[in-house]
Amino acid sequence: MDLTLKIWRQANAQAKGKMVEYKVTGVSPDSSFFEMLDVLNQDLIEKGEDPVAFDHDCREGICGTCSLYINGRAHGPDSGVTTCQLHMRKFKDGDTIFIEPWRAKAFPIVKDLIVNRGAFDSIIQAGGYISVNTGGVPDANAIPIPKVNADAAMDAAACIGCGACVATCKNASAMLFVAAKVSQFANLPQGKIEAKRRVQNMVAEMDALGFGNCSNTYACEQECPKEISVSNIAKMNREFLSAKLCADVKDI
Amino acid sequence: MIKLDSKIPEGAMADKWKNYIDHAKLVNPSNKRKLDIIVVGTGLAGASAAASLAEMGYEVKIFCYQDSPRRAHSIAAQGGINAAKNYPNDGDSVYRLFYDTVKGGDDRAREANVYRLAEVSNNIIDQCVAQGIPFAREYGGLLDNRSFGGAQVSRTFYARGQTGQQLLLGAYSALSRQIKKGKVTLYNRRDMLDVVKIDGRARGIITRNLVTGEIERHAAHAVVLATGGYGNVFYLSTNAMGSNVSPAWKAYKAGAAFANPCYMQIHPTCIPVHGDFQSKLTLMSESLRNDGRIWVPKKKEDAEAIKAGKLKPTQIKEEDRDYYLERRYPAFGNLVPRDVASRAAKERVDAGHGVGPTGIAVYLDFEEAIGRLGKSVVEARYGNLFQMYEKIVDEDPYTTPMMIYPASHYTMGGLWVDYNLMTTVPGLYAIGEANFSDHGANRLGASALMQGLADGYFVLPYTIADYLADQIHVPRFTGKEPEFNDVEKNVNERIKKLMSINGKQSVDSFHKRLGHIMWEYVGMARNEEGLKKALEEIPKLREEFWKDVRIPGDTAEFNNELEKAGRVADFLELGELIARDALNRTESCGGHFREESQTPEGEAKRDDENFTYVAAWEYKGDGQEPELHKEHLTFEAIKLVQRNYK
Ligand SMILES: Cc1cc2nc3c(=O)[nH]c(=O)nc-3n(C[C@H](O)[C@H](O)[C@H](O)COP(=O)(O)OP(=O)(O)OC[C@H]3O[C@@H](n4cnc5c(N)ncnc54)[C@H](O)[C@@H]3O)c2cc1C
Ligand code: SF4
Ligand code: FES
Repeated sequence: MDLTLKIWRQANAQAKGKMVEYKVTGVSPDSSFFEMLDVLNQDLIEKGEDPVAFDHDCREGICGTCSLYINGRAHGPDSGVTTCQLHMRKFKDGDTIFIEPWRAKAFPIVKDLIVNRGAFDSIIQAGGYISVNTGGVPDANAIPIPKVNADAAMDAAACIGCGACVATCKNASAMLFVAAKVSQFANLPQGKIEAKRRVQNMVAEMDALGFGNCSNTYACEQECPKEISVSNIAKMNREFLSAKLCADVKDI
Repeated sequence: MIKLDSKIPEGAMADKWKNYIDHAKLVNPSNKRKLDIIVVGTGLAGASAAASLAEMGYEVKIFCYQDSPRRAHSIAAQGGINAAKNYPNDGDSVYRLFYDTVKGGDDRAREANVYRLAEVSNNIIDQCVAQGIPFAREYGGLLDNRSFGGAQVSRTFYARGQTGQQLLLGAYSALSRQIKKGKVTLYNRRDMLDVVKIDGRARGIITRNLVTGEIERHAAHAVVLATGGYGNVFYLSTNAMGSNVSPAWKAYKAGAAFANPCYMQIHPTCIPVHGDFQSKLTLMSESLRNDGRIWVPKKKEDAEAIKAGKLKPTQIKEEDRDYYLERRYPAFGNLVPRDVASRAAKERVDAGHGVGPTGIAVYLDFEEAIGRLGKSVVEARYGNLFQMYEKIVDEDPYTTPMMIYPASHYTMGGLWVDYNLMTTVPGLYAIGEANFSDHGANRLGASALMQGLADGYFVLPYTIADYLADQIHVPRFTGKEPEFNDVEKNVNERIKKLMSINGKQSVDSFHKRLGHIMWEYVGMARNEEGLKKALEEIPKLREEFWKDVRIPGDTAEFNNELEKAGRVADFLELGELIARDALNRTESCGGHFREESQTPEGEAKRDDENFTYVAAWEYKGDGQEPELHKEHLTFEAIKLVQRNYK
């Protein structure tokens, strides 16, 4: 396949970026999107030019590192996949492909297609855990958990923290990401004890970091590579409301 | 000159760890605050260790090269984690897990370490459940188990096909809690480039900030390496693209012995290589072997016809299929250990029975399982793996058998550590896949996650106190000590040298060529001639690298090519040590198969008389031959016998 690529190039966070056009030829339809970019970068290196910087690591859809906005869609045209799982057979010979980074105030650009998603780490640090220290915990089978609840927790826990939900949302809201974590714990008895504090702290952190509000467009669910359901957002809203109504909850 | 002392505690096997805990030195809480610990790596081992150490009161600094600690390579583990809970009531016990692990490792692991691992395995599951990890459950609400290769009991806990992800997110959340409390400081997008020693003890590291290019110094009372394995020396592997040996290699050069580098695991069930542009190989979890049956066509003509695209696997009649694992190993069938399964696949492919467009693949077939269990059960068990396969290969594994072939996956070798998990450099520890300790010559499935978390949650926090108890009067280090100057100077010089080569070939092209040499001569089957060839080729390639590599861009900025160049330069040295170790070990054992040492039926043949030892290599300077030290293994609880899975 021969392709034209229009790629966002930006030297660093301060620099001004622009779209730059490149050609790649002889791409195998069986190669992955990144293998296609590898071909481009090899070319650029041989020509003595600066290769295109993009984030990636596992290349199998689980680490959540990759983050490309392709032809106006987070993680590209295929559904239920990350960029690294996208294959060139989804494109046609002669296509022009637009490649941009995630764009959101809370995710500043580091270089070219790489953004800083440290804000997601901050949200988890604000409360995305069950407060137990190592050791001295009960036997794993001490509390039976209904399979449906464990499965629902797992559905939510499958989030890979990629940020596609934010990138695709017109408000750059992080609701789906936060809701996935809140809902994982809300489905489990271990998580109930701190439930109220958790949701309040995580939401407060999300707001402080400059993510936008959720206006229920549900674009996030469509672009989420792990198909995290927006029903988690409803669950989180319930958690949040009940925490607000409950007077004894203090942020400690 | 290195002296190996494994420091195995006194007492019967089942009492050693208890005796150790009873007598180990402790650090009181007010003193812990005065002690700094550096942990490099945020995978299962590093994250669990850092969180636990911070909870205990130490001041911790943690490092990773990714943008977030949650993205460490451990995230990719699919199948599960072992523990000796015996919840299914099928006869499991601490002893049996210990026994299976030593036997799976082909009697080349240190018994005392493995016993401790089996002992703490149950605590891991308790801990993980308390953290809210959504393990698979039965309808009654209790935890579900599955079986993995090399075991006849069901002792593997799992969270769909994403066990590593869930365990890592558990450790990451514990870590995040400590970061919030200010007990752990996170340094992400950092590349560790060297270790700093003061008076012979590890006291810090030098890192490069991958965003700004700045070279930084970090000081502490002790340094823990949790930097994972070196499977990427093959270029193509199931490891993450950034997985590397560099921190361990720098430790080796700073005086830490490197043990059993030739023990590498080639995993039998990976999606086969399909083209030259390929950048990585994807694992299809071993759990698939619970229900999938492995076969190739009995007749070579059929294999040829499939290769030519004239025949489909579903058209081959039952009696024309060779379920070679079930045929050769009736007792374990498709669940033989990985090394055995991988070699058997290679044997069939070499004999001309391979399938797929390249002829370098075998089938993993679910037809029988779908008939027996129904599609929905198979989907519930393996749905995400099937989907992953379909996205890559563009074929539906529910209707046509999967194609698989072995690929580089895990490294049993690594930094030599004693019972305390300390390397031969005082104050320098290695945990998780980075050390050599528990898996001997072959690791059983679902045991790496167990080991990583055992080391991090339950072993290191005890053993490091034994060392730090003597350090409470040592004031904090600042990074301004002259030793830091020296190491930083070396680091800068090396970067300068790399940047100034300005040659013609890319870093990746060298990495690929190294991978070819390794796969060809130091891969699944090794022989003297091939290994000697590798020992000629690798130094030549290394020389060419240092003359002709091209690294565009600048040092004081984000520069991925520079980052990769440093890693490939280290792989080019490691490859040689692997070949040397493989040449020295003329026996076959576990993942290390020497063609000269096999039975008439083609099974691996060990040489217990001459090789019941850990080969620990000491660095003697560039261009010098490393020195071999031997830690002789003694077996008290288990009898040495050749493995038999028939
Ligand atoms: C695809 C796949 C599936 C697997 N499935 C299973 C399974 O089902 N069960 C099982 O038991 N095992 C499995 N394994 C093996 C297991 O996942 C690994 O052995 C284990 O996760 C290693 O954990 P670790 O903490 O030692 O290192 P890793 O998770 O590899 O973490 C290494 C850390 O070190 C950091 N690091 C590395 N180099 C540097 C550097 N130069 N500078 C700074 N930081 C650095 C990285 O950033 C990272 O944080 C699987 C492995 C693979 C590849
Ligand atoms: S919710 Fe989906 S899109 Fe958002 S971070 Fe998680 S996996 Fe990515
Ligand atoms: S690179 Fe890991 S999810 Fe894409």
